[in-house]
Parts: sequence; structure tokens; C-alpha cells
Amino acid sequence: MEISESSTNNKKFHLRIEPSKGWLSINFKELWRYRDLFRIMTERDIRLRYKQTALGVTWVILQPLITSALFAIIFGRLAKLPSGDVAYELFAFAGMLPWNIFSQSMQRASQSLVKDAGLINKVYFPRIILPISSSFSTVLDFFVSGAVFLLLLILYKIPFTYNLLAIPLLLIMCLITSVGVGLWISAFSVFYRDFIYALPFVIQLWMYASPLAYSIDLIPPEWLWLYSLNPITGILESFRWALLGGEEFPWLSAGMALPISFLLFFTGSYIFKRLERRFADVI
Amino acid sequence: MSNIAIQANKISKAYVISTDQAKPDKRTLQEDIIKALKRQRTQKERIWALKDVSFEINHGEVVGIIGRNGAGKTTLLKVLSRITEPTSGYADIYGRIGSLLEVGTGFHSELTGRENIFLSGAVLGMTRTEIRNKFDEIVDFSGVEKFLETPVKRYSSGMQVRLAFSVAAHLDPEILLIDEVLAVGDAEFQKKCLGKMDEVAHGGRTILFVSHNMSHIQKLCQETIIFDSGKILFQGSAQEAIPKYLSSFENTDSSVSLMDTPRQKGFGTDCKFTFCAFKNSSNNQTNKLRFGESFTLSLEITTKKDTDNLDIMLRVESPLYPNIINAVSRNQNKYYAIQKNKNLEINVTFQDLKLNPGDYHFSLFIVHKGTVIDKVERAIGFTILEAYDPEYMPFVDNLGIVASMPTWD
Repeated sequence: MEISESSTNNKKFHLRIEPSKGWLSINFKELWRYRDLFRIMTERDIRLRYKQTALGVTWVILQPLITSALFAIIFGRLAKLPSGDVAYELFAFAGMLPWNIFSQSMQRASQSLVKDAGLINKVYFPRIILPISSSFSTVLDFFVSGAVFLLLLILYKIPFTYNLLAIPLLLIMCLITSVGVGLWISAFSVFYRDFIYALPFVIQLWMYASPLAYSIDLIPPEWLWLYSLNPITGILESFRWALLGGEEFPWLSAGMALPISFLLFFTGSYIFKRLERRFADVI
Repeated sequence: MSNIAIQANKISKAYVISTDQAKPDKRTLQEDIIKALKRQRTQKERIWALKDVSFEINHGEVVGIIGRNGAGKTTLLKVLSRITEPTSGYADIYGRIGSLLEVGTGFHSELTGRENIFLSGAVLGMTRTEIRNKFDEIVDFSGVEKFLETPVKRYSSGMQVRLAFSVAAHLDPEILLIDEVLAVGDAEFQKKCLGKMDEVAHGGRTILFVSHNMSHIQKLCQETIIFDSGKILFQGSAQEAIPKYLSSFENTDSSVSLMDTPRQKGFGTDCKFTFCAFKNSSNNQTNKLRFGESFTLSLEITTKKDTDNLDIMLRVESPLYPNIINAVSRNQNKYYAIQKNKNLEINVTFQDLKLNPGDYHFSLFIVHKGTVIDKVERAIGFTILEAYDPEYMPFVDNLGIVASMPTWD
């Protein structure tokens, strides 16, 4: 919907409501005005997740710990997959941190519109707040399980390095990627719920296509460029570099992940804006 | 600059619906794919919910919007509040706009009362600071201060509605669009809401107010717009508009086909009313009845699948009183069963019904296992003519709705 908001004399808003045409980009100015809603929706999603749970936030710690332990047993001990020069548990956990954020945030963003269909039908706000805020609600999980990881580092007597400082940037990149995919899926899921049902399989496939359970060293060097088309490869590798204090930054995979992540995000946002105008009529 | 708050210019809104209903319950994915391969397109039809609607509303005006179901009232509010886009035309809005299309938008039953105040407030367009400043007022108005830390799912439905309305009532954009939200809560709370609305309406705010309740419209609105089939039928003062609207219910037919009457979404999909008619005590088809005369309402229902346990509810309403009588077959332990693609005819005879002279109508409901599956509001109208009863000769104007003939000693 095209809206020209000109603030003439002091507090006068002018709004024109008319059919929108063509491809529109995100209206960041408007998004900024709705920042309180954004924040409250993020808080809502976090609160809702732990309502009526006995363990509450403990789940955030347990989930990656248990999965890493399982991975360590199945892939590390039984299948003897290589994990470079660190203990397999740590290797798995370091990958699990960004992977969980990515998969959770993608999943939540994808379902956000259908879950809040009641809102879309009854009140106006920039719809893009729904997928983005539900994706951001995973950041708390990241910090909680990140703290657990730091404890593990101390336990395993691995020194902290300056590489850790890169984590906020890497986190943002991880979120941009997952929101990008989430925007695509959420917008289409308004029209066909099939996209939501297909998502768990996509996530599973994606996991095996990423160096989560195994090390990237398993990939033949000549195929590395193809393997790195998956932006999660670069993100996982960079996270491991930052968390475990790796010596060499994974330039190839990270360098490929950056443009691909942004591409996903921008195409996602344009598709979203394009389909947005029909959401309330179809959902 | 002029004093215009809303200027609508030829706004139209079309909905596309699929009319391919040949074998609706036999459609399979397989068939759909074959259809797609053969490039057969499912038949689609455009329905104009709004057609070339133009009007102007000045700042500070409280404008009532009336019209039957499906006349386009809610669609207009949805377009103006940017929930949905117009298909053509445009509207200019000067001032901050907010809308209230239901009570409790944004409420989440798992969250506490306090959390919901912030959530719903933000969804309706308030900032955190605004909500925080009005928090005590909101809580006061709702009367749920003891339960602020309790999840809303433990509230009674009355409490939920009170809290939800209180949040909404403290919204203060310059222009407010309201859809029939007063029809909630118990009588006492409704009165409180109406009082609050009155206060808001006289506080210089611009309000567009959709309602079926003429007494609310009369009380709150100076200007009134009548909608009919997506178009503006009349715009003028409430004093002029209300009688005009009401008279459109008079002299209605004594039989009405309900097959294609617009329903709200989700109603009348499988099982629905197709026809209703009035008969007086001498078995003539008419909807002009003498005072106290018994009459029969004949209903026809059809269904797309075998259904039993149907329970029929008939509500008598008048434009001023939305709920005079609710006759529910279940209460008399009467249930109906209907077979696929067959018609079921039900004759409901009312005796001893002493409605005072005036215009009334019936709203019809089919209830299946506690869920309303079809509803046609104001499906058919009828008139009680002046009294003929030699024992009851009303000669005061304001008699109320139901006649009473007590013994006087």
C-alpha cells in the first residue's frame, strides 16, 4: 500500500490510501515509528515460549547440551566423524549455537503470519514486524546458551580469544539469513499452508547440507565453492572460528555467505511487500 | 487548510470468490492438478463489497454507518484503516488514525492481564509510554486490578471483555474507526462503555461508528451514512437517516429466499437456510399481523452433507432492541436431522406472543453441537398492526415492547 506521509504543520499527518502498484521496499521510517510494537511483540514471543513450563529458560540450556551430547555419541564416537582439533562435544556445540538460532528463527518467522492471522485481519501495522520480531525472539536463547558455551570453554581449558568479538556481527548475519528465508516462506504460507508443513523437512535437509555434525574438512576442496553456496556453511564456520579461537578465518565460505544472505533478505523483503497487500483478504 | 478529516474518492473494493461449486466435497488434489494441467481455470467471480464510495468527513464529527449485513460497512472500515487495500479509488486521511474492529485485538490468553494491556495497546497503535501513562486508568476502568498478574485464560469471559474494552477505550488517535464494539459485556458494563464513548465522541475526536443499534447511533452520532450493497444510499443527519433506514425494513416481503443472502465468513457453508415465510393465523401468507395473533414462520433448510442434532434458534429483534426473544428449539428438546441435498421444512408457530404494535424482524440461526453454522441476521421482517383486541387498546405512545395485561383490582 502506498502511503505518503508528509508531516505538514507540526502534528498533522496526511495519509493517502490507494491501490499499490509494483515492487516496494520496506518502509524503514514507518518501521521505526512502530518500534514499540516490535519490541512488545518480541517480548510476547519470548514470554509465551516459557509460560507454563516447569523448567522455563533452563530448556534453552538443556536443548543444545543434550543435542551436542547425542551428536558426540552418535557422530563423534560411533561414526567417528572428524571434528578438527577440538573435542567433538565442543565442536558440535559451537555449531549448534548458530544453527539453533538459524533454524528456530526461520521456523518462527515462517509461521508468524498464519499464527497471528487474527491481527492481520483486524488491525493495521507493518506486517513485516511479525516475521522479524518472532525471529528476534530467539536472540535471548542465543545469549543463554552462549553463556553455557563459555563455561564449557573454561571447563575444557580452552583460552578465550579476541575472535569472540566478531560474534555480534556474525549473529546479525545469521538473523538476516533466517529472516530472509522466513520472509519468503511466511508470505507464501498465507496463500498455501503447504509451505509451513514442508518446513521441517527443509530444515532437516539443510542441516545435513551444512557442516554441523561433521567438519567441513570432509568436503573435497574442489567442491568447496559449491558447498559454500549454502550461506549457513560460512556462518557456521565463522562462528566456530570465533568461538573456538580458530587461526584462519574461513574466507571462502564466509565471503560467499555474505552476499547470498543479503540476497535472500532483499528478495524476501520485496516478495513480502509484493504479496502483503493481499494478506488480509486471503489469510 | 480545510477542516476535512477523511475524504474518500470513489473507493471500490472487489473480492474474488471461486464459484466452482459443482461438487464441492468431491474435489481432490488430483482433480485440481489435472485441472491445472488442462488449463481449466476454476470459475471466479468478482464481488464488489464497495463500489464508488465517496464522502467527506470533517474533524470533530461523529458519523454513524448503518446498513444491512454485507452492505460494505466493515469493508469500508478495513480499507480506511489500511487492513486491506482498495481495488480502485483513493482516500485522504488527515490526522492519526486508529481502528477498533473487535474487542480484544492482540489479546493472548496465556499472558497476564498486565502483559495483555501492553500487548493490545501496542497492537492498537499506542506507544509504551502512552500505555504506561494510562495504565492505572485502564485498570481502574476495567475493574480487574486484583487479577493483573493472572493469565487472561483464567478470567471469566466478562472480565476478559472488560479489560479488552478498557484498553481500547483509552486509545486516542485523532480519527477513530469503530465496528460494533459496544455489543459486548453485561448490561452494566455496556452502559459504562456507552458513557465512555459519549465522552470520547464529545471530546472533539472524529469517529466513524458502525452499528446495528439505532439507539446507540441516535445517542452518539450527528451524521449518518446508510450503506446498501456496497454503495452509499444516503448521507445526512441521524434524525433523517434512521427513519429512512428503518423504513427499508418495512413492507418487506412476507417470504424471502435466503439461498444467496450474503453470510459472514464461515456461516452457511454446508447447512443453511434457503427460504422463510410468514403465515398468519388464517394460514394466509402475510407478515402484517394483528396484535396478539398467532403466526407461523416457515423455514427451509438445505445441506451438503447429512447432519443431525441440528438446533434452530430464532431471534426477534427490533431496530431499537437487538434481542427481544430468543426461541431455541434445544430448550424444548427439539432437534432436527437433515439428509444431504434434501430440503427440510420447519414450521414454527408462535402463540401468545404479545408484541406491541411496531416493526420487528427475525434473525435465524442453525446451531450444530453448540456451534452456530448458519446465521442470517434480520432475515425477514414483520409488522404488528395496531391492536384489535377489545381487551387491550393501547393509547399511550411509549408502551415498551411486550404488552402486558395484568389484573387490576
